[in-house]
Formats: sequence, structure tokens, C-alpha cells
Amino acid sequence: MGDLWIIPVLICKIFNDFYVFSLFSDIIHSMRRLLIILGGIMLILLVGCTRNGATQSQQASSSISATSTSAYIQNAGSDTIVNLALAWAERYQKVKPGVSISVTGGGSGTGLSSLLNKTTDIANASRQISAEELTTAKKEGLNPQEFVIARDAIAVVVNPENPVDNLTIEQLSKIYRGEINNWQEVGGDDRPIVRLSRETNSGTHVYFLDAVIRLGDSNDKTIFSRDTLLLPSSEGIIAEVRDNPNAIGYDGLGYVTSEVKMVAISGLKTPDVYVLPSAKTVSDNSYVISRNLYMYTQNPPTGAIKEYLDWILSADAQQIVIDLGFVPVK
Amino acid sequence: MKPRIKISGDSVISGVIKICGYSSILFVTLILLFLLREGLPALASVPLSSLFSTIWYPIEGYFGLLPLIGGSLMVTISATIFALPFGIGTAVYLSEVAPNWLKEILKPVVEILAGIPSVVLGFIGILVLVPFMRKTFNLATGLTGFTGAVLLGLIAIPTIVSIAEDALNNVPPAYRQAGLALGATRWQTIWGVTLPAAKTGVITAVMLGIGRALGETMAVMMVTGNAPVMPDKWNSLFLPVRTMTATIASEMGEVSSGSSHYQVLFFIGILLFLLSLIINVSASMVSTRQRKRAERILS
Repeated sequence: MGDLWIIPVLICKIFNDFYVFSLFSDIIHSMRRLLIILGGIMLILLVGCTRNGATQSQQASSSISATSTSAYIQNAGSDTIVNLALAWAERYQKVKPGVSISVTGGGSGTGLSSLLNKTTDIANASRQISAEELTTAKKEGLNPQEFVIARDAIAVVVNPENPVDNLTIEQLSKIYRGEINNWQEVGGDDRPIVRLSRETNSGTHVYFLDAVIRLGDSNDKTIFSRDTLLLPSSEGIIAEVRDNPNAIGYDGLGYVTSEVKMVAISGLKTPDVYVLPSAKTVSDNSYVISRNLYMYTQNPPTGAIKEYLDWILSADAQQIVIDLGFVPVK
Repeated sequence: MKPRIKISGDSVISGVIKICGYSSILFVTLILLFLLREGLPALASVPLSSLFSTIWYPIEGYFGLLPLIGGSLMVTISATIFALPFGIGTAVYLSEVAPNWLKEILKPVVEILAGIPSVVLGFIGILVLVPFMRKTFNLATGLTGFTGAVLLGLIAIPTIVSIAEDALNNVPPAYRQAGLALGATRWQTIWGVTLPAAKTGVITAVMLGIGRALGETMAVMMVTGNAPVMPDKWNSLFLPVRTMTATIASEMGEVSSGSSHYQVLFFIGILLFLLSLIINVSASMVSTRQRKRAERILS
């Protein structure tokens, strides 16, 4: 009788063993199912990849040959141009339903470097291609072609509370060089100046450095005052200017909202004539901080890419430029 | 039949687990090798005197890293100072003081806080925290290192809370009972018995929180203003700063691979890797030393 306690223990033990075994067989079973599912997914991915690769090479060949009707154009670069490029791509879909165009932003530098890596067909840029980038292109065996597709004014914006309405381009240069640090020095309130700029990968940043801070002097090596805030987006600049009466920023005319105030700027030759940016003042060259917007192709364009670029310069497409607040080329 | 399957199942699973374990070592090694391969040439292409100067303006060839290192350290240290009392305080409250029903509400809330994407916190930071800071402290702009530190503190707190709370829960109840039985108040027991007993885990929690703050990118990029200024003035915390992570994130897209700018960005990556290595190694050194001392006392 004294040894009877062993029975439940044994039962437990057997049960336990069985339980452990069944657990393992469960795991093995479910792992086998998992493997089958994983294998299936891999297979689908593999098929998808090869198909994708096939279509890509097909697209590449179709964008080269002028005769085919369906084509795929990749378009990347400047954040200033991205809205315009999207509007064009959408409209072009109606003009030529066979052609599909993908548009991405990222900045002029990003667009041009992906053009040189051959991952995009057309690069959008708000600055000209640099000598360094041209050398890289030659090394890659490319011959980049430049197209001026629109013009843009860079508006200087301040908070609506700020009483300053006019600045000469020299004052603006001194503000961003860090030589003027209080709004009082340019006829405003006694407030510190907070300078805002886009990041260095922005074409707008590079243009502003050349045209405003260095006043177009290529021997000048001055850079932005070191306490300039480098914000990652146009929206970031507008948000800070809207909120902060100390701030001054610059941005493409198309991005300026009614919650911030644009400043009239006078040129070097006519320091008394202050001009607000608009399509008209850019066309007649009276507003000084304006620039060309570019598209670049890897080589002289042919086929679908050429047709697209020709269409962009047509009256129909240039009307979209006006609608979006930019300035048409013609 | 039975035992054979059992053994094979066992070995399959232990094999899989072993591979998982080794793979993390492999990944870290590969990442380190890649960083070194891409980043070390920076030392050859950019002179050291330039790397350790105070101007960062890469498109004109100024590669001074000091403002970025200074910015990262300043923001991380202030975030830690901000997060430490809140994090440990919350952990102590959760594990020692709070009644059970409250604990069941608070714990998931803290975990949800940990799950909020940092870009969302950054967005809230721009819209709420930045104007608030500017008005409260009468600053020129609210986009400052301090704003970044507060936001980073918020990001680090949930990490600190959940790990520190686990550590406190692992302290045997007998310790607390002994403390209380000796006539210590609740506070004396927490401060004198429970916290020291859970010291290792709490320090690990803080170190992981610091690591989280150091590596955070998006939120910092959105609220610190990103001006590469040397933080060498007394009020630098209330001026815009630029951190190492924000620099890599905002500039990596534009550089052409192989240029010296590209190499310097990877060199910054190596520095970040070294910093987090130092944090982790010092955390584990603290915990092993603690354990050794405990063993000595016990033996």
C-alpha cells in the first residue's frame, strides 16, 4: 500500500512525456506547413522578379525605339519641380495613354545622382548640373542633355507681424552672411533674426548661395551664416515663419501660402525699386531672385522621352506651369 | 519510433535557435565591416585637421565633425537627465506603489507610448512643443537642442520604464518584507532596499534609454533646427543644434557614392557605432561587477 503513491506519479510522467512529444510533433507539423507556405511565397516572389525584370528590359527597349506606343518613363529630382512634374505626368496620361510616367522628389542632387546611376530617365533639377557631376557622367559614358522647362521665383518670406516690407538684395545677403543680426538694422522691430534655409541637397539652397549670398560673384567663397537653420522641407520653413515673428526664410513661389508675408526685393543696379515676386515680374526680369528649372536626360533623348519633353514645351503643358504658380519658358 | 522523432525534432529546433543566435553576431560583424570599408577612407581623403575643425558645410568641402559630435552628446545627455527621474519614478510607482487595477491601465499606456512612431512625435513637436518653447523661454526660435532633448526624453522614457519595472519586479518579496519588518518606512524600503537590489537592471534600462536617444533620427531632425553650430556657449542648449544622425539622414540621399562627403557620412556612422558600443560595454561592465561583488558577499 505504501508504494501506491507511485501510480499517479507514473501516470503523470507518461502523460507528461506524451504531452511533450505531442507538443514537438505539433511544432514539427506546423514548421512543415510554415516551410511549405514560405516556399510558396518564395516561388511567387521569384516568378514576380523574373517577370518584373522581363518587363523592365522590355520597357527599356520600348523607350529607346520610337515606333512602339507603350513606354515607361522614370522622372526624379527637385522637390521644387515635383508638383509640376506630377501635374504634367497626369495630363500626359490623357494625351498619350500608352505612356506611364513615375515621378519622385528628393532634391536636385538626388535626381542628378540617380540619373548618373542610370536609375532614372529624366532628372528634375532647380540648378544646373555641376562640373563634378558632368565628369562623373563622362566616366559612366553618358552625355547629359539640358532642357529649360519653366522658370521660378524664389520668394523671401517673413511673419505677417514683421513690419519689414522691403529689402535690398545686399541687405538680404548680409542677413544670411550673419552680418545683420537684428531686424532693427533693416527698419524692423528690436528682434533677433532667425535665418531659415533648405538643406544642402536642395537646388534652391545652392542657387540662393550663389545668387543672393555671393551676389553672383563666383570668386566669393562666403557661406551661409553658421547658425542658419537647415530645415528638411519647404513645409518646415513655412511652418516656422508662420509661427515665429523673428524668422526669415526663402522658398519657391509655388510653395508660399497666404499665412506668411512676401518681402519686396530690389536688385543691385536699382536699389530703390522694390519688386514683389510674380509671374509677370519674373518674365520681364524685374524680380532678381529668379532662376530656370531644368530637366536632364542621360543622352540626347529619343522615342517616348523625346516626345514627352517636346510636349512639355508646348503651349498646353506650359499653361499648367502658370496654373501652379511658376513662370512659363515662352 | 517515438523517441527517434523526439530527438530529431529537438535537434532541428536547437539547430534553428543556434543559427538565430549566431546570425546576430554575423550581422553585427558584417555591418561593422561595411561601415569600416566605406568610412575609413575618409581619414585618407580628408585631412584630420579638417575633420576636427568646427565648420560643417560639406558642399564646399568643410567637414568639421566637432559641432555634430557636440550636438549629439549635448542633446543625448540632456534627454537622459530629463528622462531618468521620470522613467525610474514611473517604474518604482508601477512596481511598488500603484494598486493593481491602476497598474493594469498604466502599463499598457506606457507600452503604447513606446510604440508611437518618432515621426509622429516630431510632427507634434513642431506644431505644439516648438511654439511653446519659444514663448515660454522667450527664445529667438523654438527649434533648439532643448526641444529635441525633451522629445528624446519622451521617446526614451517608455524603454526605461518597462525594463526598470521588470528589474524591480524580480527583487524577491522577502527583501521588502525584511525591510518593512525592521521598521523602515515604505520610502526607506524602496530607496534603501528594493532599488539597490535591482540596480543592475535599472542601470541596463537607463543605458538602453540612452542608446535609444542617441540613435533617434527623425524627431530630432524635425525639431532641433539642424544648424551645425559648436555647442560651446552657456546657452547652447537653447540654440539650434545639428546631431550626427540627422546629418546622415538628411545628406545621404544626395551624395554620389565614393565621394569624400559620402565617406565622411559613413565615418560619422562609425563614430555612432563606437559611441553605442561604449554605452553597451559600460552597461555590461557595471552589471558584471555588481554580480561579482554580490557573489563575494554571499560566499
